[in-house]
Amino acid sequence: MSAISREDLVHLAQLAHIEMSGAELDKMTGELGVIVDAIASVSEVASSDIPATSHPIPLTNVLREDVVGQTLSIDEVLLNAPDSDSDRFRVPAILDGE
Amino acid sequence: MVNNSVSDLIRLSATALSAKLRAGDVTSVQAVQAHLDRIAEVDGALNAFLHVNAEEALAVAAEVDAIRAAGGAEAEALHPLAGVPIAIKDLIVTKGQPTTAASKMLEGWMSPYDATVIEKIRAAKLPMLGKTNLDEFAMGSSTEHSAYGVTRNPWNLNRIPGGSGGGSAAAVASFEAPLALGTDTGGSIRQPGAVTGTVGVKPTYGGVSRYGAIAMASSLDQIGPVSRTVLDSAYLQELIGGHDPKDSTSLPKALEGLVAAAEAGATGDLKGLRIGVVKELQGEGYQAGVQARFEESLELLKGAGAEIVEVSCPNLKYALGAYYLIMPSEVSSNLAKFDGVRFGKRVLPESGPMTIERVMGSTRAAGFGDEVKRRIILGTYALSAGYYDAYYGSAQKVRTLIQRDFAAAFEQADVLVSPTAPTVAFELGENDNDPLAMYLNDVATIPANLAGIPGITVPGGLSEDLPVGIQFLAPAFEDARVYRAGAALEALLEKSWGHTLISQAPAIDSASIAPKA
Repeated sequence: MSAISREDLVHLAQLAHIEMSGAELDKMTGELGVIVDAIASVSEVASSDIPATSHPIPLTNVLREDVVGQTLSIDEVLLNAPDSDSDRFRVPAILDGE
Repeated sequence: MVNNSVSDLIRLSATALSAKLRAGDVTSVQAVQAHLDRIAEVDGALNAFLHVNAEEALAVAAEVDAIRAAGGAEAEALHPLAGVPIAIKDLIVTKGQPTTAASKMLEGWMSPYDATVIEKIRAAKLPMLGKTNLDEFAMGSSTEHSAYGVTRNPWNLNRIPGGSGGGSAAAVASFEAPLALGTDTGGSIRQPGAVTGTVGVKPTYGGVSRYGAIAMASSLDQIGPVSRTVLDSAYLQELIGGHDPKDSTSLPKALEGLVAAAEAGATGDLKGLRIGVVKELQGEGYQAGVQARFEESLELLKGAGAEIVEVSCPNLKYALGAYYLIMPSEVSSNLAKFDGVRFGKRVLPESGPMTIERVMGSTRAAGFGDEVKRRIILGTYALSAGYYDAYYGSAQKVRTLIQRDFAAAFEQADVLVSPTAPTVAFELGENDNDPLAMYLNDVATIPANLAGIPGITVPGGLSEDLPVGIQFLAPAFEDARVYRAGAALEALLEKSWGHTLISQAPAIDSASIAPKA
């Protein structure tokens, strides 16, 4: 039930925004199959009456005063940007064909 | 000043060095220089450091020396560890030094802010020696997945130093630094500690602020101390711990009494302490030499007055599976920000249309290594429609079962004990083509992360001339207990051997490195 096909992997790589070569896809299909088989056992014990734990030490309503704190300057923020233009991050076309 | 040779200075524990600094026997500049000299001498063979911060470290040391020389209120107010040098895992962001997470994705990136733990280290004036190597984005158990080369184990240069914090552990084990910071998501402080014969602690989840630790799996990640003695780790955790409004998972109250607990433990008296041996974390799958050292430690603990009881945590057999669903799921989300838009690497596609989507795809293809890609894809799969309930949802339920197992075990015992890792350090390259085999290294450390409880590793002896680690676990918020039990075992073992384990580490000889096959 848990087999990940090469086709599935192509789709997952797209979702994760990672371009993969044919050789990478071949290698990872096999590896992921083995890993998924090994971890699928969790569903054996996860019956519907057991609550899920998302956080090991639950804290609720973690709030702070709504006051302006120290923030980074625009220069500090753009210091590590791959490309910028007049106080903004600059990226290639967002839509195809533009 | 007494004639302190460099080799004496670097072999001191942080606490012993601190005493010498306060007594005026040595200066912080001398101590920092001795460690920088050691780094220059051995790091070519080890590759524990990705960046050496010599200039700033010496400047901070000089500042501490000047304050001490002037005396008065300012000198009185210095933190006990002021002037004691420290190394920082390169997953923790630092102003003025590069932070790479051992990834090509962040090559050359300079953090515009300090992590909270770094602010505390600066305020206490510990000179930072530099940034240590790790598996890329802390994903691995061997430091072989660094984009900047492997780190070697000081005990045997052809073996792994553990991971992900292999750089911090190797630096401390090889006397390049008396203290280091690590991060532990599934064992990344404790397993490297075990295989390098050093001490490492994963505090209770939320006990130390993670603000400024590059997130891997946010419901599991924890910053903690790395050192050669239990007492040193206690001092360091007290320094870096406490509430931080910048981390919404930070505990409201600081965990206290750690140094006192380590000092109490060091007397070797454990009368009244109930120690639970976890049935599922020993025996099958654990090397004979590891099991033997573990059983010897149990005898010593019993001899010191502890009551040894066997406890069972039957759901631990599902811990590895749950971890390898929860962790990659959180990884796939946390690492989405590395997309070539706002910071870090940007790689343009070689051909075809130049859209932002394609730039992201090429950037992440070039910037991430194989293990990181594998985990992002696995997490994307576990969270995708049709699989979410079966995988991620089930894993979260297993987490509840493991918490319940621990709660039941802690009804019968004050602390739990197990080997830290099932094997001694494996050979570099041994698990290159078998990611699953590497994952099994963390089988004894992962449960603490899933449950949020504190854990310590202390050196438990040698097997095949390589260190074995012994782990203690305690209930959430009871970090003091792991320090007490850890310091007691450390003292009992050192008494039985007549020396510390780390004093038995061989000289580092780069000629012993095997040529690549």
